[in-house]
Amino acid sequence: MKQKFMSKALAATALASGVLLGAAASAENVTLTIESWRNDDLTLWQDKIIPAFEAKHPGIKVKFTPSAPAEYNAVLNSKLEAGSAGDLITCRPFDASLALYEAGRLSNLADLAAMGNFSDVAKSAWQTDDGSASFCVPMASVIHGFIYNKEAFAELELAVPETEEEFFAALEKIREDGSYIPMAMGTNDQWEAATMGYNNIGPNYWKGEEGRLALIAGEQKLTDEAWVAPYETLAKWGPYLGDGFEAQTYPDSQNLFTLGRAAIYPAGSWEISGFNTQADFEMGAFKPPVQAAGDTCYISDHTDIGIGMNAATANPEAAKTFLSWVASPEFASIFGNALPGFFPLSKTPVELSDPLAKEFVSWRGECESTIRSTYQILSRGTPNLENETWGASVAAIKGASAPADLGKELQSGLASWYAPQQ
Amino acid sequence: MQKPRTRWHILVFLAPAVLIYTAVMIFPLFNTLRLALYSKIDQERVYTGLQNFQTLFGDPIWSEQFWNALGNNFWFFLIHMLVQNPIGIALAALLSHPRLRFAALYRSAIFIPTILSFVIVGFAWKLILSPIWGIAPSMLDAVGLKSLFAPWLGKEEYALTTLALISVWQFVGIPMMLIYAALLTIPEEILEAGEIDGITGMSAFWKIKLPLILPSIGIISILTFVGNFNAFDLIYAAQGALAGPDFSTDILGTFMYRTFFGFQLQLGDPHMGAAIAGAMFAIILVGVCIYLFGIQTRMRRYQL
Repeated sequence: MKQKFMSKALAATALASGVLLGAAASAENVTLTIESWRNDDLTLWQDKIIPAFEAKHPGIKVKFTPSAPAEYNAVLNSKLEAGSAGDLITCRPFDASLALYEAGRLSNLADLAAMGNFSDVAKSAWQTDDGSASFCVPMASVIHGFIYNKEAFAELELAVPETEEEFFAALEKIREDGSYIPMAMGTNDQWEAATMGYNNIGPNYWKGEEGRLALIAGEQKLTDEAWVAPYETLAKWGPYLGDGFEAQTYPDSQNLFTLGRAAIYPAGSWEISGFNTQADFEMGAFKPPVQAAGDTCYISDHTDIGIGMNAATANPEAAKTFLSWVASPEFASIFGNALPGFFPLSKTPVELSDPLAKEFVSWRGECESTIRSTYQILSRGTPNLENETWGASVAAIKGASAPADLGKELQSGLASWYAPQQ
Repeated sequence: MQKPRTRWHILVFLAPAVLIYTAVMIFPLFNTLRLALYSKIDQERVYTGLQNFQTLFGDPIWSEQFWNALGNNFWFFLIHMLVQNPIGIALAALLSHPRLRFAALYRSAIFIPTILSFVIVGFAWKLILSPIWGIAPSMLDAVGLKSLFAPWLGKEEYALTTLALISVWQFVGIPMMLIYAALLTIPEEILEAGEIDGITGMSAFWKIKLPLILPSIGIISILTFVGNFNAFDLIYAAQGALAGPDFSTDILGTFMYRTFFGFQLQLGDPHMGAAIAGAMFAIILVGVCIYLFGIQTRMRRYQL
């Protein structure tokens, strides 16, 4: 603790007393350190975000110190325990951050005025179960949908599908033609089947937030039609995936699509910047098809990154200034444009320049947003509903189990530890 | 009467090894076993006795995974015993043939995969067997056997066997080297004496060499057993922590890793993880004891 304090005092150009006062007066020179797993974004922070903030807030210096994504949770926990963690902490969604808040590591930000810039869905990933405390400022979400090869669609004279029927008709036509793999997805890594499959198309069946909250409240069950039907649809995907999809990995699928060998890619918007550099054909996107034309559409607009304040920080005022700025439209516009596919969550819409990202974000206006059904609360126990959903989605696509049986299995697993479902 | 001297040098010579071994092996081992007796309840670490083990073996959610992993582990071990060790012995027998040319080249070529990292082996084989970019489907196609190809790593019924065979490919050099060394120690006179009695060629191998290398085969078996029941890397590198498809390649190592460190939304539970590690330790201990007391003491040894 003492050492950290000393190094801070040295790092700041002011005298040690200046740092002490820094807690009270944010105009003094202080340095804020940010913990993050986004080491891919290091240059973005150093070249764009931090200079923009420092220009507006002289006296506060910011340092972005990311660690490797796979190690982040463990590294952060040990740093917090040792008292050497940074002032600001990038938050994983849901239980990982909730556990930090409950252990007293993150401060409650519910009284931060800037939190009013976010909708309830946006905040839900970093709240206590009753919603009384919010401990991270939402930074970005990812939206699910399908990315397609525009040239392939033009060549085969396909219209962009709106309904499920059109969707399968398009897949059938691509398969008959034979020059493209209809859809690039594999089941080897399992998570794609659940994330880009089940939770991509699912919200249209369980009506987004309505179904998700009812499931958490125990009013709906995973054996209900709305939760089983997506598995029935996934079961129809199998024949349209490439040869040997059982052993196809996530990078395989990405490559198949960007090399122009597949026509449709079930996607998350985080793919956009990678695909933009890899693919040399024009791409478009369509949202998960609805069952009948004119139905309300629901999209998975999944909260992914937030940022909170270390409860043990020596500079709470400066940290709050920074968090308020992260909640501002200025940050949203820098972040959203530098990382197409990671969409800012603030209520004020952000003007994006990337056409593909624009297409994704435009669905927010037409459809109801929700988050992945398994992420909040329901994956807290053993068996873990998210992991089970991976397996179930794979089994549905392979045709290894009947959708109704999958629903029964998931329900009994959830009911074994989750009281509202018992 | 002479007072017995204290032999300090013994202590001094033993100290470094004992200290280091205690610090990096014995202490962590017992600390892990101790960790298994606790649970975290409301942010507090509480002593709960054997409750973690009760959950592991009593709760169907846990026990099903445990028995699945253990069964897979036995299958993994069986394939190594049935494929890796016989091939290793056969290769060693061939290599020790006095008239074989380029023996050193073969020896190194077969041994090289052993020194490769698991990550490289896992990744390379995943690429070789990939139904999309792999050379396995096109090679089979070239000899007209394309119909035999399947996405092996993605099928529940083949994935574990495929991975076991990959591991065999990687480690076949170890039994080969050990047996080769054992074969070289067999004195020429014995073989020549046998020859005079009319024992040559294959029967010389079965009747003279094999009994003499039996202790080495025993050592290899126990090394294979310990190695296989501690295995984790290859499965993790090739299939990830969920050991797909549908847990068909889940072995105790991956099960322990998933539980201990958590996975995706599942938070890590060091206490349950330690309980699984404890069970693994017990299984290996029992296996090694059976070998040491049941087999090794009864093995006949020959004075050369």
